[in-house]
Amino acid sequence: MTEHRPILTFIAHLTLILGIALVAFPIWVTFVAASHEAARMVQVPLPLLPGDQFFVNLREVFVNGIAGAGGIPVGLMMMNSLIVALMITFGKIAISLISAFAIVYFKFPFRMAFFWMIFITLMLPVEVRILPTFEVVANLGMLNSYWGLSIPLIASATATFLFRQVFLTMPDEMLEAARVDGAGPLRFFWDILLPLSRTNIAALFVIMFIYGWNQYLWPLLITTDRSMVTVVMGIKQMLEAAEQAPQWNLIMMTSLLAMLPPVAVVIAMQSLFVRGLTETEK
Amino acid sequence: MLKRVHFGTSVLPYLLLAPQIIVTLVFFIWPASQALYQSLLIEDAFGLSSEFVWFENFENLVSDKTYLNSFQRTAMFSFSVAFIAMSTALVLASMADRVIKGALTYRTLLIWPYAVAPVIAGALWVFMFDPTLGIFVYALKAIGYEWNHKLNGNEAMFLVVVASAWKQVAYNFLFFIAAMQSIPKSLIEAAAIDGAGPVKRFFSIIFPLITPTTFFLLVVNVVYAFFDTFGVVHAITQGGPAKATEILVYKVFYDGFVGLDLGGSAAQSVILMAIVIVLTVIQFRYIEKKVEYT
Repeated sequence: MTEHRPILTFIAHLTLILGIALVAFPIWVTFVAASHEAARMVQVPLPLLPGDQFFVNLREVFVNGIAGAGGIPVGLMMMNSLIVALMITFGKIAISLISAFAIVYFKFPFRMAFFWMIFITLMLPVEVRILPTFEVVANLGMLNSYWGLSIPLIASATATFLFRQVFLTMPDEMLEAARVDGAGPLRFFWDILLPLSRTNIAALFVIMFIYGWNQYLWPLLITTDRSMVTVVMGIKQMLEAAEQAPQWNLIMMTSLLAMLPPVAVVIAMQSLFVRGLTETEK
Repeated sequence: MLKRVHFGTSVLPYLLLAPQIIVTLVFFIWPASQALYQSLLIEDAFGLSSEFVWFENFENLVSDKTYLNSFQRTAMFSFSVAFIAMSTALVLASMADRVIKGALTYRTLLIWPYAVAPVIAGALWVFMFDPTLGIFVYALKAIGYEWNHKLNGNEAMFLVVVASAWKQVAYNFLFFIAAMQSIPKSLIEAAAIDGAGPVKRFFSIIFPLITPTTFFLLVVNVVYAFFDTFGVVHAITQGGPAKATEILVYKVFYDGFVGLDLGGSAAQSVILMAIVIVLTVIQFRYIEKKVEYT
């Protein structure tokens, strides 16, 4: 620090604490709401201190769900979310790794054409092409399936770019040495490139897991079967049911559960998360 | 682009590229071209026949007041979200840049909302502002203000903006703090020796030096507000009341899946794609610039 000014440092801490309080307040309210019984949650003013029904509510939504919103157990929804998020994450990383490998390490006709074709996917988020993509998935009979929920989202220009960048910084001597030792392309990829890109893969994993878990519009469109509902879209049905009979304690409990896995990933793997975030923007 | 040392032509690279290319063709290029084609058609009300009408859908959109309003609303919404999220993050980052003790703890406590899904962010805020039960509504009533975002369009817009911005502060904070920490300490110290106080240093050294980051974040935030806030709007207002919060992405969804106006929805998709492409190009141009500066 350039100068010692205790008052300024104090103000800095104070502002940060205020900022954190502001950012965390919605979560506190959510937590409090999730720990009261339904009857308390319809009396104004709502409580600001937690009650003693937290585990009762947790059990209720996890096993039974909310009756007014179809009664789908939140445990099942979270399972669906987990499967879809992992399929999207692994899918994205796998196909991006091998396509970046092909583009960087092989010389073949139409190499750049393929590269640009992948680049285009960067420009077409699912939100802008929802109707025709929905039709394609319907025609392929992939509605209400894990495949339909994940495969249309696994093409990734961002991840391909990232791995291309990583591979380009690898010294040429690696490949020369591997060749001298008699390694073919696949062996070189598996034994040398993959281990060397470990950290980048982990960083990307964090970002893509959050992306996959938080998908909303796409699952909303293609799932009508209640056994395929993901927890993020399940919240919406509960909100709709709340118009008639508000069960805010259960809805907020579900919200807590729905944000828990991605938030836990961010906090537990903070340095990888920060790395992934800054890398994917380059 | 290509390694100096590389493998020769064989069938292997095609096999390696195949999964990505197939997914891209089936789920990106084909639907996008369908959207382009459909945007030139008008279907009758029963979906039995369609007629090729060239640019009539686009002409209809341009002369459609609700679409133009939605456009204007989206622009206002995006810049409000970007402004609130970025200014909050900038204040917090400049404070965190000063702090030595506990800097990492502050960072941890500030970045996690990034991981909250937009629709859940919407659920949290709609709960706090529920017209009959909401905790903030109760507080507002105490000072004599009747809040009801289900009737008042401005209040609905405010709520959607705040919920969207809340989630985005974390992202901006991370990039601002990284940019501030990469400024050479010698510059700051030299200014301090010349008698510049902390405020003056911020405005004449730190802020100008992080301009590239600020500009980059502006683009990212606008893209976020344009395309990733569907969940927020869907959870809080469903575009209402009286279309007061119907942003473009929501309108594409609504006209296509609820209103079943396929041609019109496709034409809107095409316009949105054009916007994404322009924003992506701006973002890439910026990145080239950044390489020069650093």
